[in-house]
Amino acid sequence: MFQPSHFAAVLLFALFASTVFGITMRDTPQRMFRYGAYCFILFVGSAIVLSWLMLLIAR
Amino acid sequence: MSTTPNKPVAGKKSDQGFVYLPLIVGWLVPGGGHFLQGKWVRGTLLAVSIVAMFVLGLAMQGKLYTSAQDILGILGMAGDMGTGLLYLVSRALGLGSQPTQTTFADYGKVFIVVAGLLNIIAAVDAHNLRTGRKQ
Repeated sequence: MFQPSHFAAVLLFALFASTVFGITMRDTPQRMFRYGAYCFILFVGSAIVLSWLMLLIAR
Repeated sequence: MSTTPNKPVAGKKSDQGFVYLPLIVGWLVPGGGHFLQGKWVRGTLLAVSIVAMFVLGLAMQGKLYTSAQDILGILGMAGDMGTGLLYLVSRALGLGSQPTQTTFADYGKVFIVVAGLLNIIAAVDAHNLRTGRKQ
């Protein structure tokens, strides 16, 4: 059984979803890469921000 | 960072052949619709991403939806079926059939559903390439 840490699961999810978003939403390789990187940063960044917010709410 | 959406491609439309073939092949085989049109790099990246997400979901003991008894079940099954042959083969092999109550199993279930949804996006993209709506 594959048991990644929570953050590793976020990274894997963001990597695969961003790859598909980049390829399907833009039409040149450079723009695909930039949009994929943008989506990846948003996925991971929002997960980190929401995690801190939930930690603060829980206290 | 440029995030402007694609501009429509003017004046390029092909009506030759069955235009829905890349859509159907892309749904059945992740990346297949792009392979059909010679987009090898795009197709490979899509196939690797979608298959890896599906396989990792199963490896985390994610559950495959097998029946739709409520609205969440219907939506989950629709997402799972987006993976096409991966879903059918996994069902035939009995994978993802044991219900497990772990955090990782929940992650796995989401990975499988999202892999299906991403595959639908990829199949529609292949259709857009075929019709000339996208380069």
